[in-house]
Amino acid sequence: MEIMKPAIAGTLESSDCQVTVEPGDGEIDFTLKSSVMNQYGNQIRRVVMETLENLEVSNVKISIVDKGALDCTIKARVEGAIFRSVGQMEHLPWGGAIKP
Amino acid sequence: MINAVGREIPEDILEMTGKEVFHGNNYFDGHVFQKAGAYTKCVINSHGSKVIGSIHEALVKCGIKDGMTLGFHHHFRDGDYIVNMVMEEVHKMGIKDITICASSLGKAHDPLVEYIEDGTITNIQSSGVRGKIGEAISNGKLKGLAIMRSHGGRVRAIETGEVHLDISFIGAPTCDDYGNCRGIGGKSNCGVLSYSMVDGDYADHVVAITDCLVPFPNFPAHISMTKVDYVVVVDEIGDPEKIATGAAKPTTDMRKLMMADYCTQFVVNTPYFKDGFSYQTGVGGASIASTISLSKIMKERGIRMRFGIGGLTKPMCDLLINDQVDALLDTQDFDLAAVESVKDLRHFRISAGQYASPFNKGAVVNKLDFVILATLEVDVNFNCNVVVGSDGVITGAQGGHPDTAAGAKCTIVITPLLQGRTPAVCTEVTTVTTPGESIDVVITDYGIAINPIRQDLIECMKDVDLPFKTIEELRDIAYSIAGKPQKVQFGDRVVGIIEGRDGTIMDVVRQIKPFEFSE
Amino acid sequence: MNPNKKRLRRTMMFLNAQKPGLIKDPYIYAPDSLMLDLEDAVAENQKDAARFSLYHALKNIDYKGCERVVRINGLETPFWQEDIRCAVAGGCDAIRLPKTESAGDVKKVEDAVTAAEKEFSLPEGRVLIMAAIESARGVMRAMEICEASERLFGIALSGGDYTKDLHTHITGTGIELMGARQNMVIAARATGVQCFDTVYTDLDNMEGFRQDVETIHLMGFDGKSIVNPRQINIVHEIFTPSEKEIIFSEKVVREIDKKRAEGIGVFTVDGKMIDIAFYDGAKRTIDLAKASGVYKGDL
Repeated sequence: MEIMKPAIAGTLESSDCQVTVEPGDGEIDFTLKSSVMNQYGNQIRRVVMETLENLEVSNVKISIVDKGALDCTIKARVEGAIFRSVGQMEHLPWGGAIKP
Repeated sequence: MINAVGREIPEDILEMTGKEVFHGNNYFDGHVFQKAGAYTKCVINSHGSKVIGSIHEALVKCGIKDGMTLGFHHHFRDGDYIVNMVMEEVHKMGIKDITICASSLGKAHDPLVEYIEDGTITNIQSSGVRGKIGEAISNGKLKGLAIMRSHGGRVRAIETGEVHLDISFIGAPTCDDYGNCRGIGGKSNCGVLSYSMVDGDYADHVVAITDCLVPFPNFPAHISMTKVDYVVVVDEIGDPEKIATGAAKPTTDMRKLMMADYCTQFVVNTPYFKDGFSYQTGVGGASIASTISLSKIMKERGIRMRFGIGGLTKPMCDLLINDQVDALLDTQDFDLAAVESVKDLRHFRISAGQYASPFNKGAVVNKLDFVILATLEVDVNFNCNVVVGSDGVITGAQGGHPDTAAGAKCTIVITPLLQGRTPAVCTEVTTVTTPGESIDVVITDYGIAINPIRQDLIECMKDVDLPFKTIEELRDIAYSIAGKPQKVQFGDRVVGIIEGRDGTIMDVVRQIKPFEFSE
Repeated sequence: MNPNKKRLRRTMMFLNAQKPGLIKDPYIYAPDSLMLDLEDAVAENQKDAARFSLYHALKNIDYKGCERVVRINGLETPFWQEDIRCAVAGGCDAIRLPKTESAGDVKKVEDAVTAAEKEFSLPEGRVLIMAAIESARGVMRAMEICEASERLFGIALSGGDYTKDLHTHITGTGIELMGARQNMVIAARATGVQCFDTVYTDLDNMEGFRQDVETIHLMGFDGKSIVNPRQINIVHEIFTPSEKEIIFSEKVVREIDKKRAEGIGVFTVDGKMIDIAFYDGAKRTIDLAKASGVYKGDL
């Protein structure tokens, strides 16, 4: 998928994370601020990269402010931001590109 | 060298401090030592007043110089002005290399970071630190070693002479012109002055600082004039709003209520829950809710508490009002109801030494049946960490945690299984502050684990309908939800030590390292 | 028949599907059912985000046997079809349709659920449906709604909207809900589906809540929608059969089994006239006692 316009999903509440995506400069530019950076920084990065790969997104600036979200929430927020960015609200590929 | 809780204590730290590693709770039982004594400047004349003009004058009269150790108490909690006022003056005088020996330091003391950075303060000894000081220490800004010691441990360190207090400052809500200090009355009413009592006995110079000078005699004095050299009157010694808050509304958070209920059910099913039992609890929502539900069962079953110890809050003082407890033994008051309760004749002020010191002829914690505590982390060996946060930064205080845990017959730790995403039950705590041998039960929202060294408790809970699990099972549940956490990345430099209550080294705290992605 | 149609549903706890902090572990409070909400709790501009949150929660979180019901947006909105695709793909146990007014509404949902099961290669008939009734029209058509689909396991009263439609409001006395409650529970019993009562939102009045639950329990409801985990234990306690009821039911079941073999139709247990009509009720009491963890017998 090609990122069309900047989009945000998620909140800064505890157990949530806020994901911002923007069109990239030809690669994945990832930044993370997390309340559990030491324990889960690598894990979060892995989940984000996997999610982007599933969605075939390779050109994006993605920045995440994490407040202790579980992996399933991180995936949901990344997907939320990306589908918003392309304006797709229906006929979503549940179980396809949106992998559990 | 590996200590009794399995932590590697570097040889150079043992050499530098002259300390032993932790050998177990009762290693020093029966130990004999000669107490240290204080330098005393006699007052024989009858000129009548010890009031002097300023903190500056007090520092000059006490002979302030580089390298001295200054004592402070933390009864004013986040509302304290004393430490900052004194240190600002010390800084202005160009004094360097000061050791702060406080019963605790908190967010109120963020301004001290400047003095740490410029070498005014080079050593800190405290129950713990929060806020910016914690960050400064964990980032290696303090020249010397930070020593984190429990409330009982501080008294031990002073009484054995391991620490010598050159000047102690006692923020006194009321004081007379001859130095009789009381924790009650005035604008900054904190109830008691328990942590300062050892300062009165052992500091060479004792300065009382008050914002409410009252006529002589300010009796019954909590700190006697016989121990005070000078009295300084200032406009404000603290922010009353932050010293004793209104009583917290009982929690409505079902998670906390559930843990409180588990705790109460556990307590009442132990053999210690009988007429005449003793009890101490913390200030967390679950602890408070548990005290409230316990009081109901006490009433139903006609069981009275003999004594309660605090850190006191309203629900404990309500037991006194409702005549469900014979006596409260008080070292600190957390809300206005507790401060008010100090006036009750069955509400006794005790010193930090009476409360918790392992190096006297017996402290009241040794007579405790139950203590209910919180923790940041607890591991599968039941070791607790209450000082170092999940980011590796010092952000908490030992307080009386290791003292009460060691003393009580039944030590219960309550924590939600996950603090945000961070598992509170883990394979190995970041830093050990309270040894697992002191912890009998861990209560979480996902289940309860009894320490296998307490087969007696396991036996008496056999038919009790509570969600019992092993500590490993609790850890596994936490990891299955949150994922297995990676360890905090530390640098090599040791910035602080966690002192066991007997003065041995429980653990070391290292400088933090900025996080880097591994791949 | 889907065996889950008749499962125990004393408590159905509402949770905003968009709030990770709420949906990550509500099972620790052990409600019978969870109601993950895409409708009123979720702001209009967060409907899309809530679905991703719901999908991954359904797929990744082990809800430890709590039934997972998803409340979709109403049929008058542009959201409900994608809501159903998302919930079915995620593997939810049931769909709750809000503002149900006719059998036709239920059929629309049934068709969409069937289509989604097919699309995502799931066994047909796995996902159940419940209908929330929120209007006078819906209440008057309760019977046809109950009979609209083989997937429908029950109906629920939604008191807020219903009382507005009735030109009244929630009073705390239950007077305004009397007719709807009575009508719905009768319709449900007549058609063999379950019936659930509306929420009680005043969390500062636990005594009022208790009385409300006692009322609907006596009226014959199967359970209650709840908004806070503090309400769970109270409902379960009230729905738990008493020891006396359990002992009596046990005797009834055993006696009927025995007397039936002997060809006797009417007899007495503890001085009460008993016949075969008592059998199902006694069985239900034993099942409820088992589910409540208070039955230690071998029936």
